[in-house]
Amino acid sequence: MKITKVEALKKIANDIRKGVIESVYNGKSGHPGGSLSCADILTVLYFNQMNLDPKEPLAEGRDRFVLSKGHCSPALYSTLAEKGFFDRKLLNDFRNINSNLQGHPDMNKIPGVDMTTGSLGQGLSVSVGMAIASKMESMGCRVYCLMGDGELEEGQVWEAAMAASKNKLDNLCVIVDNNNLQIDGSIKEVAGLTNIDSKFESFGFNVINVNGHDIEELIISFEKAKEVKGMPTAIIAKTIKGKGVSFMENQVGWHGKAPNKEEYEKAIQELNTNYIKLL
Amino acid sequence: MEIKKATRESYGEKLAELGEINKDIVVLDADLSSATKTNIFAKKFPDRFFDVGISEQNLMGIAAGLSTFGKIPYVSTFAMFAAGRAYDQIRNSIAYPNLNVKICATHAGITVGEDGATHQMIEDISLMRTIPNMTVICTSDDTQTRWAVEEISKIKGPVYLRLCRLATPIIYNKEQDFEIGKMVQIGDGTDATIFATGVTVSEALKAKEILKTKGIDIRVVDVCTIKPIDNEMIIKCAKETKKIITIEDHNIIGGLGSAICEVLTQEYPCKVIRMGIQDQFGRSGKAEELMKYYKIDADSIVEKLLDEN
Repeated sequence: MKITKVEALKKIANDIRKGVIESVYNGKSGHPGGSLSCADILTVLYFNQMNLDPKEPLAEGRDRFVLSKGHCSPALYSTLAEKGFFDRKLLNDFRNINSNLQGHPDMNKIPGVDMTTGSLGQGLSVSVGMAIASKMESMGCRVYCLMGDGELEEGQVWEAAMAASKNKLDNLCVIVDNNNLQIDGSIKEVAGLTNIDSKFESFGFNVINVNGHDIEELIISFEKAKEVKGMPTAIIAKTIKGKGVSFMENQVGWHGKAPNKEEYEKAIQELNTNYIKLL
Repeated sequence: MEIKKATRESYGEKLAELGEINKDIVVLDADLSSATKTNIFAKKFPDRFFDVGISEQNLMGIAAGLSTFGKIPYVSTFAMFAAGRAYDQIRNSIAYPNLNVKICATHAGITVGEDGATHQMIEDISLMRTIPNMTVICTSDDTQTRWAVEEISKIKGPVYLRLCRLATPIIYNKEQDFEIGKMVQIGDGTDATIFATGVTVSEALKAKEILKTKGIDIRVVDVCTIKPIDNEMIIKCAKETKKIITIEDHNIIGGLGSAICEVLTQEYPCKVIRMGIQDQFGRSGKAEELMKYYKIDADSIVEKLLDEN
């Protein structure tokens, strides 16, 4: 079911963020920062854009999603649970030895996960393969690949970008979660990574710059991407790492750390307050 | 005159034939299709062939993506750049998710020849057989390669097929039976067993003939599947023959010799002589010269056995 009301989508995004905090807190490890920064993007994809049915997670003609930044699995798991692919209670077992919710997504263990990821820089090549396969069989699937900005430092990404444009994959849409931070600092300081949009442009992509927390803007961007023929789209989504939890926002330290009890309670309280504002 | 053919040639020809029967097969290459011989398939089925250019990591990823849609990708480049450069992609994007990708790597071993050490992959068996879910096959002649190319399309999951540049004799007639996970025993001599794989099988067979004239009767075991390994055959030969020798165009660390030793140390401890590249890099030269230089040719086997006697 496609949700079009922006307020409703905002509530879902808020719930997804709560799921991120709960799973990382209960798992006592994981990556909250980048998970919170992509929560709005995932919300729009799974509740407004993608052709999916949680009752048929392997349906042939479904759209595909590849979380190339696999460490942000809490965001994906929380989204899938929210969408109904599995029971939300399972989020509490994240990273637990008896859980299927692995630290990084495993397509053979979790319904709704289209590709196993974790080693950065590999998801776009896989997405290219999926987009080619869909075109070969005229299946009409769209393939979405969510990447971190730090991840763009991997050379394979640009090999894949070339292949996407050479093969005119207009059914492929890359989303860059451009939160500007990686483990060792800002992407500019650490690796000199700048001008992400013009990089993709020069690789033959239709590029759209967007505020990655603006639901309306995101919807418009995904719709525009569908209209472009003969070339892939890259949506460069400007985001805030840790978005939605004040003390995590723009803090590198929250890249891969679980909150303690006090921090957990504070984060949940903030998200609850935000939810009430949305009512 | 003895007919010789490189396993990469047999691969290319058979793949193009198989493409007729199995429409799910797609072929990918990284700018080496004239050397890996995937160009035969490319000519016949241009819509099912993808040359991704010089980007081997990307090559493996695209294959993984295609396989999630039910395609059966056969992926080719040189062994160095498949198992070496794209190791992480093979491990994490293909083997861990257990995707149905067939990695058919040509130009393995020092028998690549003149290109020298940077292109002579002598660690691939080791790298590939230690990855869970991976089947590792190394064929010795035209007949066996043609069988393997088709057979691997029938098993679900990742396969590493090791192929060579050097033309080697045709060993088997077309009626020969093969099975994945089973070695082929040639002869039933009891003086020694030589476990060989790929290009070294025909060398072992030559050595067998020479040794016969000297009153030494050996058996040759062609290790076509390196993983899963045929425990039964290894133990049987260790029990039935006086000596065990392994020979491979690969580093003696981690390859065929190691695989045989792993079984014997646990099941039937005995001495194993490992012939192969003695933990050193290769060098430029003609393949035949290099086989002699690194002591993986028939004469070296004969010499070794006479020394040991």
